[in-house]
Amino acid sequence: MRLVRLWPENSHFDFMRFRRFSFPLSAVISILTALMLFSGGLNFGIDFRGGTLMEIQAKSGQANVGQIRQTAEGFGFGDVEVQEFGAAGEVSLRFPIQSGGEAAQAAVVQKARDTFGNDYEFRRVETVGPRVSGELVQSGTIGVVLSVIAVLFYLWFRFERELAIASIIGTLHDIVLTIGFFVITRHEFNMTSIAAILTIVGYSLNETVVVFDRTRELMRRYKTMPAEELLNLSINHTMSRTVMTAATTALSLLALVLFGGQAIQGFAQVMLYGVVICTYSAICISSPMLIYIGLRGSETVKVPEGSRAAAAE
Amino acid sequence: MLRFSRSKIIATVAIIVIGLLLAVPSAMNREQRQAYLNAIPSWVPHWLVPSRAIVLGLDLQGGSHVLLEVDAQDLLRGQVTLLRDDVRRILRDTRVSSQNGIQTVPRGVQIRVPDAADRDRLMPRLRELSQPIGNAMLGQAGGNAVEINTTPDGVITLTYTEAGINERIRRAVDQSIEVVRRRIDFGGTTEPSIQRQGADRILVQVPGLQDPQQLKTLLGETGNLEFRLLAQPGATDVDMLPMEDQGGQRVPVERRVIAEGGDLTDAQPAFDSQSHQPIVNFRFNIRGAQRFGQATTENLGRQLAIVLDNRVISAPTIQSPITGGSGQISGSFTVEQVNNLAVLLRSGALPAKLTIVEERTVGPGLGRDSIQAGKTATYVAGIFVIIFMFATYGLFGLFANIALLVHVGLIFGLMSVLEATLTLPGIAGIVLTIGTAVDSNVLIYERIREEFKAGRSMVSAIQAGFDRAFATIVDSNSTMAIAAVILFFLGSGPVRGFAVVFILGILTTVLTAVTLTRMMIALWYHWMRPKALPF
Repeated sequence: MRLVRLWPENSHFDFMRFRRFSFPLSAVISILTALMLFSGGLNFGIDFRGGTLMEIQAKSGQANVGQIRQTAEGFGFGDVEVQEFGAAGEVSLRFPIQSGGEAAQAAVVQKARDTFGNDYEFRRVETVGPRVSGELVQSGTIGVVLSVIAVLFYLWFRFERELAIASIIGTLHDIVLTIGFFVITRHEFNMTSIAAILTIVGYSLNETVVVFDRTRELMRRYKTMPAEELLNLSINHTMSRTVMTAATTALSLLALVLFGGQAIQGFAQVMLYGVVICTYSAICISSPMLIYIGLRGSETVKVPEGSRAAAAE
Repeated sequence: MLRFSRSKIIATVAIIVIGLLLAVPSAMNREQRQAYLNAIPSWVPHWLVPSRAIVLGLDLQGGSHVLLEVDAQDLLRGQVTLLRDDVRRILRDTRVSSQNGIQTVPRGVQIRVPDAADRDRLMPRLRELSQPIGNAMLGQAGGNAVEINTTPDGVITLTYTEAGINERIRRAVDQSIEVVRRRIDFGGTTEPSIQRQGADRILVQVPGLQDPQQLKTLLGETGNLEFRLLAQPGATDVDMLPMEDQGGQRVPVERRVIAEGGDLTDAQPAFDSQSHQPIVNFRFNIRGAQRFGQATTENLGRQLAIVLDNRVISAPTIQSPITGGSGQISGSFTVEQVNNLAVLLRSGALPAKLTIVEERTVGPGLGRDSIQAGKTATYVAGIFVIIFMFATYGLFGLFANIALLVHVGLIFGLMSVLEATLTLPGIAGIVLTIGTAVDSNVLIYERIREEFKAGRSMVSAIQAGFDRAFATIVDSNSTMAIAAVILFFLGSGPVRGFAVVFILGILTTVLTAVTLTRMMIALWYHWMRPKALPF
């Protein structure tokens, strides 16, 4: 039987050359993301913004969106977003947070249930008060910051300083580009998105670590090889694994996007995008970064006494 | 050497079989599980039988999640009232009078006693009020609950300390949990879960509940019941309280409380035998019966005021002394209202108002759809990956696929033992680990291939592949674990479900992708004595 090979054996591809495109490209995208983040911002879901979200489905299978919008706007609960989604007459309604504290939110749900209850099935009702949404913003931010710090510590213990710096740059790059994805697509940003970002942090690091493990191994074997060549060799060695893992993970996520249902689709889409970004950044950002940070500087620190003498020759 | 000793094989297989058996109860529905447990002969010790099952999250089985917060302001107001009553009692006992009465200040009360001799009599008694916080027997010293400040001109201020308030909140949450439990025990098959969350919150989860309106009504009331008397014209010590069946018009009610909710032993909804109106029948305990009997005897012909959370819900005229210790509350109630009222009275009063700060309800339809979609996605992802691995690595791909199936089985087994909650993001986690679990196998296989190409013999290439890839596997899984652990501590509900699956997935992948695959390859090598790698 002939087996499939996604990546040719014994490849000698010059990955480092990509940096002439990838560095400016990522820089531009990152800056754009930052600009858009401050101008337009994220489309925060009710987890972070507070308010009420309802998903209703017409019992007849046919939803009258225009009428729902008109009725809901007449409630006097502020700007309501009404959207049709999914297949069979499913409509989502999003009410802003009501002034008047925690108790004021309940009135929205009651009014909507009384009005639409006869013709529509309430599939999901979520109300997040001002206090809880404030806390969720806080814990979401803490989570992302904490994960970066935790990862930094891990890398610090596990790797030489140069490798650690390069991987953390890669991870930050992936976080920024993921946020950029949310900004551009207007995907709702909620607690699940934070979960996606943290998972992407894990995956990003995973990708970099596999390459850098090899870099370190090769550094010990080829003591005089220039950084560029060494990094190219590391990537070429690990490339068939990188492609395989990216492929299996992407396939699983694709299954989720296609069949996982509307509730989980957003998460799966972000993750799918994340897998692509992480693979790209491990090869085209973190690794070439080492050319500039300097690869060999680390060797004098970590390589045992005997081999250091050899390296100095 | 590529050898797997017999004992190691037995151990590996035993762990996997046990792990998979643990998942069995989760594969059954409730009735099947009951039937299966009944079918186990009684001589088998019950701890030997896997009986625990995964709990489906509310987002999958449908239900209501309501987060309540103890209203600290309301609680403090109540505490200050108590403090005020205590100070009043002490002033009376010691026959000291405060110059301008008892003033309420933020977090406490203030009195003014200019005479030093009076103060000397008063102070020791007041100091009794500033009890230390915590259980003295357990040695939990944490300062005083009430702080007493005195100025030279005789102004005495008693205020609750920060620690004192926190202690009261903590106790209020404990008491509230009990009250909430009694109130929402609907008596059906649904098992509501009620847990403390953080310092001042209670999380109530009721599976299957579609419209939490009744729940919210029941929990929105403090449930403080008092039997008082409507004041006669010209009375001074009165509260002006709104009267329910007169459109909220305020009526004077005597401050003196004859009996209160705590004196009730039972309350049941019923219908009045004559008017057929919904009413609540109640029974007093001995103390309540005595006091109520005495008060109704003395005040024949006057109007009683039945006060619930500072609203007069009923004001019947006392026709005859009620000494039997039981009575009824009638008024213009609906059936639902008397049902709720009876529950409120039976469950006792909440120490403070509870505010709903978060509510999430998923209807059963959406839950069912989510489970279905999750199953489909899992199967499709599994099939994708299995085909892909087999097409790439042939026989070794098959080994990896067996390991993958065991891996998913073990996640379910571990989740069953832990009685963990499977949420929709949790299903996404399973699908994602299907993709990442084979990563370890890929790392190993690619390494084996490389070592073989570099000129090693097959055995030594396989050996080196496993050994060298292992460090990388540990590294790459630890990085994923870091993110997952942070997510676990950070997230709640569904997101936490994702983190749980992910963490368990990382644990089992090391067992399946490394140990199990290695065992399969070792056995294959010993039986087949192959000359070349199958990929």
